[in-house]
Amino acid sequence: MARSWFPALIVAAAAAFGTAARAQDAGFALTIKDHRFEPTELQVPAGKKFKLRVKNLDATPEEFDSSDLRREKVIPGKSEATILIGPLKPGTYKFIGEFHEATAKGTLVAK
Amino acid sequence: MLATAVIVLREVLEAALVVSIVLAATRGVHRRGLWVGYGVAGGTLGALVVAAFAERLAAAASGLGQEIFNASVLGVAVIMLGWHQIWMSRHGRQMAAELSSVGAAVRGGSRPLYVLSIVVALAVLREGSELVLFLYGIAASGPGQTRELGSGFALGLIGGVALSLAMYLGLLRIPAKRLFTVTGWLILLLAAGMAAQAAAFLVQADILPPIGQAVWDTSRFLPDDSLVGKLLHTLIGYSAKPYGIQLGIYVLTIGLMLALTRIVGGSGDGSRPDRRADRLAGQG
Repeated sequence: MARSWFPALIVAAAAAFGTAARAQDAGFALTIKDHRFEPTELQVPAGKKFKLRVKNLDATPEEFDSSDLRREKVIPGKSEATILIGPLKPGTYKFIGEFHEATAKGTLVAK
Repeated sequence: MLATAVIVLREVLEAALVVSIVLAATRGVHRRGLWVGYGVAGGTLGALVVAAFAERLAAAASGLGQEIFNASVLGVAVIMLGWHQIWMSRHGRQMAAELSSVGAAVRGGSRPLYVLSIVVALAVLREGSELVLFLYGIAASGPGQTRELGSGFALGLIGGVALSLAMYLGLLRIPAKRLFTVTGWLILLLAAGMAAQAAAFLVQADILPPIGQAVWDTSRFLPDDSLVGKLLHTLIGYSAKPYGIQLGIYVLTIGLMLALTRIVGGSGDGSRPDRRADRLAGQG
């Protein structure tokens, strides 16, 4: 039966994703409050994948946007989003909150 | 107000350019305005729904709902554009042979305009939902913001529409014989750019491997968020720092669409450049 390998494939894929998820578990967190990031500068490891959790404490949505990191993600008000980042080369990576560009600015420093 | 206008312009531009290309590609086709109108209306409605459910969408698929949604919307648009090109490569030629002197209105009769309508709707939906969230954010910041919101929104919208109107009028200056060759290529590049953008969202979700973090880096000369960068991003899929896989998908999309239009359109006298172009653009 051509279908018999299918469940096995799903299990294998799930296992692979599981390991991948565990490998990136070292997480980092940012908060958005009054349209500002806190902290504005965050140290992250270079050369590996990691998760950045962004918690939006404002009632209004924000878009995490970084052309340096090549990431854009809308974070609705009063909610949290996880952004997968890396592996990064050592250096600084700017990001902004696109909906409040004047105040919401920050930098990741990869070391 | 200017800051608001700039963001509105950025979000409106992509959808507006798609509309102008679709309008130019369907020049002379009966009731095309209606179909484009349906697309814009459907997309706007969709954008409001997506914005309303933004929170649930963001939380879906273990927090990767947004990336998967964006990639899917772009993917469907690419398939629709490809379907249109292939359909035209078959029927455009056939019709031209049978009705060489009959007006374009008749030729366009059974053309799958709903396909282009869906493409317009998807473009409006994707950019529009972000715009709705942004505007909602300003409106919610306080009642004093409404005037600033209104004028910024109007200015950005007018700017975006003006730019794409300029592009549309520019396209119409091309002699009718060559216009559909040009719009055929524009649609091809538009589709390839959308496919590459979908790939970037899947890399962001860690579903596809990047295969090279940045093939080149032109972000100092022509950043993605500059006006020209954004224009080129929409028109030809420009990216200041493309992933390897984006480049691969881009080339693959162009190759696949050219191959399919050629196969479906029949081999015939492919040596004549205008014939080849006719197949690509799907017009006799």
